[in-house]
Amino acid sequence: MMRLELVKRPQRSALFSMLSPFIAFALTIIAGAVLFALLGVNPLNAFKIYFIEPISQVWQLHELAIKAAPLILIAVGLSVCYKANIWNIGAEGQFIFGAIFGSIIPVLFPQFEGPLVLPLMLLLGMVGGAAYAAIPALLKTRFNTNEILTSLMLVYVAQLFLDWLVRGPWRDPQGHGFPQTIQFSDSATLPELMPDAGRANWGFVFALVAAVLIWILMGRMLKGFEVRVLGSSPRAGRFAGFGLNRMVFFAFLLSGALAGLAGISEVSGAIGQLQPVISPGYGFTAIIVAFLGRLNPLGIIAAGLVLALTYLGGEAVQSALGISDKVARVFQGMLLFFVLGCDTFIHYRIRLIGLALTKPDGAAKLEAAPKLKEAR
Amino acid sequence: MSADHDGANLLEVRGLTKIFGTLTACDHVDLNIAKGEIHALLGENGAGKSTLVKMLFGSLEPNSGEIFWNGQPVRITSPGVAKKLGIGMVFQHFSLFEALTAAENIALSLDDGSPISSIAAKARALSYSYGLPLDPESLVGDLSVGERQRIEIIRCLLQTPQLIILDEPTSVLTPQEADKLFETLERLRAEGKSILYISHRLEEVKRICDRATVLRHGKVVGHCNPREETAASLARMMVGSEVLAVVRAPVEGIETAQPLLEIRGLNRKPATPFSIPLKNISLNVRAGEVIGIAGVAGNGQGEFFESVSGEVLQQDAASVRIRGKDAGGLTITGRRLLGAAFVPEERLGHGAAPRMKLSENLLLSRHATDGKAFVGAGGMVKSGAVYAASQRIIEAMDVRKSAPDPEAAALSGGNLQKFIVGRELDRRPSVMVVNQPTWGVDAGAAAHIRQALIELSRSGSAVLVISQDLDELFEISDVIAVMHNGELSKPMPIAEATFEKVGLLMGGAEPGHAEHTLETA
Repeated sequence: MMRLELVKRPQRSALFSMLSPFIAFALTIIAGAVLFALLGVNPLNAFKIYFIEPISQVWQLHELAIKAAPLILIAVGLSVCYKANIWNIGAEGQFIFGAIFGSIIPVLFPQFEGPLVLPLMLLLGMVGGAAYAAIPALLKTRFNTNEILTSLMLVYVAQLFLDWLVRGPWRDPQGHGFPQTIQFSDSATLPELMPDAGRANWGFVFALVAAVLIWILMGRMLKGFEVRVLGSSPRAGRFAGFGLNRMVFFAFLLSGALAGLAGISEVSGAIGQLQPVISPGYGFTAIIVAFLGRLNPLGIIAAGLVLALTYLGGEAVQSALGISDKVARVFQGMLLFFVLGCDTFIHYRIRLIGLALTKPDGAAKLEAAPKLKEAR
Repeated sequence: MSADHDGANLLEVRGLTKIFGTLTACDHVDLNIAKGEIHALLGENGAGKSTLVKMLFGSLEPNSGEIFWNGQPVRITSPGVAKKLGIGMVFQHFSLFEALTAAENIALSLDDGSPISSIAAKARALSYSYGLPLDPESLVGDLSVGERQRIEIIRCLLQTPQLIILDEPTSVLTPQEADKLFETLERLRAEGKSILYISHRLEEVKRICDRATVLRHGKVVGHCNPREETAASLARMMVGSEVLAVVRAPVEGIETAQPLLEIRGLNRKPATPFSIPLKNISLNVRAGEVIGIAGVAGNGQGEFFESVSGEVLQQDAASVRIRGKDAGGLTITGRRLLGAAFVPEERLGHGAAPRMKLSENLLLSRHATDGKAFVGAGGMVKSGAVYAASQRIIEAMDVRKSAPDPEAAALSGGNLQKFIVGRELDRRPSVMVVNQPTWGVDAGAAAHIRQALIELSRSGSAVLVISQDLDELFEISDVIAVMHNGELSKPMPIAEATFEKVGLLMGGAEPGHAEHTLETA
């Protein structure tokens, strides 16, 4: 009988820890090529349409920034959670509640205009996301519930609540019955960065600033140290005098606020009103971004741009080759799969355990390779 | 008995080698064990003793070398093979299910399908015939550590082994329980069974062992007859050089010194069904003295440490007082700010975060007390100052390491312990509480740590040391108290304390009546 065993490596290779996202990306490309070939499309041509054409012109780069901004904003928040070993899976819901809270002013008080409107909206968006994230934090600290389940389930609550809002109380009365709110006024709209070149708005700047700030927090500040200690060895964290419950709230509120900021930026920037669906799954894709970026805020910027490209590429192959844009989801899924796979092999190696034990000479070396030969 | 065992070797080991990565844990080890002898395997922590016996018991495979059993070459590929040959092992850390009875635990390891009732009867008969009385129907969770060890020994004896390997068997026993164990071992020897006895306690090796093999850095450095050696000569063989003796000067005027740590009627309910409740513990530690708390493992020492350190808070704020202030309601940070410092038993994962650098581990316990030095405006860590301080500690405590600022997990146990103790000493705390200061630490590092604790007390601090190692406590303490089943005995000055007195208290003699029980015993 053969069996596979994962054996923990005594040392992690620093080189491969760094290379792992790139290896994962290469593997995704290979698997993607097989996928395209099976769909009857020339892989080279498909890749050109998927990865190169969507970013060959300046206005397209602006589209990339629009897609990348929410991913980066959410993912840097999530990276703090995951470093603290707190599993917030509900950023999509916090994104939506940020959007709803931030929209209170332009939807309910459309006559209120001026330079104060936008900052207030952004602030309310952060409050909304943080408040929604406080629910799983409270349930975890008070009742010891599993935050993976509660935060995930709250996503569906948020989606349905938004759906009800835009079809019911917040529907535009002059909107010919379409399920959407009124268009936001100019002072409630996030300005574009370079209106002549493309549509990219200030959301992308928020994302970059947030990434740099979180990078400083995690690498240079006592709070970041606290996050890392409690995440890696909670007992040592308690010995240090850091409170785990406080950390649960800190991580959830921070990531919720950033997801909420992403939500209101998306609505007031790219969309301009609330509608039943305001996100193509940014909150979930950001989980991939966080891990692809090695939970490092600067890595997350790069990973956010890559994942944003998978969205644009998905749209491009749909229009050019008639392939379903669900292919974007497939690519994202493969990328996460390969990143986690690479990480596993950085921490563990595989050992084949089998009949080899009865051969005395083989015992001298415990490497997997000779065992593999014997097993054949 | 001791000299003529030629030609009757039960076990012969030649050139046994085991390599882990770049470390040669066992390097061409030779070992002969005769029939009917008690053979000691001596060595410091990390000398390769455990690796060697794991190879003899089939849990590790050697890279090279030969093992002969009754003159026949054998390959011991699994513990099952070892048991079939007739090798039994009693591990240092027991593998027993607390919620099952002793008989059920034995049945699990026998794996031969015989009914529990017959196993219980056999175990009972065997236990009485070897002077290790045991009730097979009792729940393991209710038994003392010494009784649990009996289950392990009887479980081993039921398989009628020819060779019994005992790994540090007395480390969890009181001196009296150890005496009982020695009687059993001598009876087994008289029956012609062989025993491989692993220990670092030289006095007991001298007392019961016929021959000794000494390991150092994975190599055999000598075979000897321990009865002809002195404890000092054995120690020299183990360590390779003279070990500096710890010096403890008497303290003047301790009677009038201020108590810096006061514990008054400390109670704690058990947090889990198998943890120990603390019952009405009172103790004063004065400036200038070291108080040692002895006790068999699992008698509430861990719970006591957590309560004193503030990892667990007290309802009665006055039950723990530090430098005259009520501290029972303060967190560990609050107690540190009052001038206390703590070193827990577990190094990796409790006293230090394994995957973090030493400098970061310095911040772990000192981010609040040295807030001004280490943390700047807006909560930014002054990594330069932290690094400099960690290097100062590394130098002061002679911490050996492979990189300027390695991860904690990359250090050996002794070196990491020196860093963790040094991290607290560097603050010059007025109160220092240490749990198992030298557990698993090599002799040189242990002497260094013990001397540093004494010097801290002599400079005017109160030092409280919890330890299972009686030799250590007698070496460093001015006053000794014993913890048993969550209760603390009346502290006694070291001049009045003897191994016998302390041993009786460790075994549960009523606190305060040590003298009386001693007379009748």
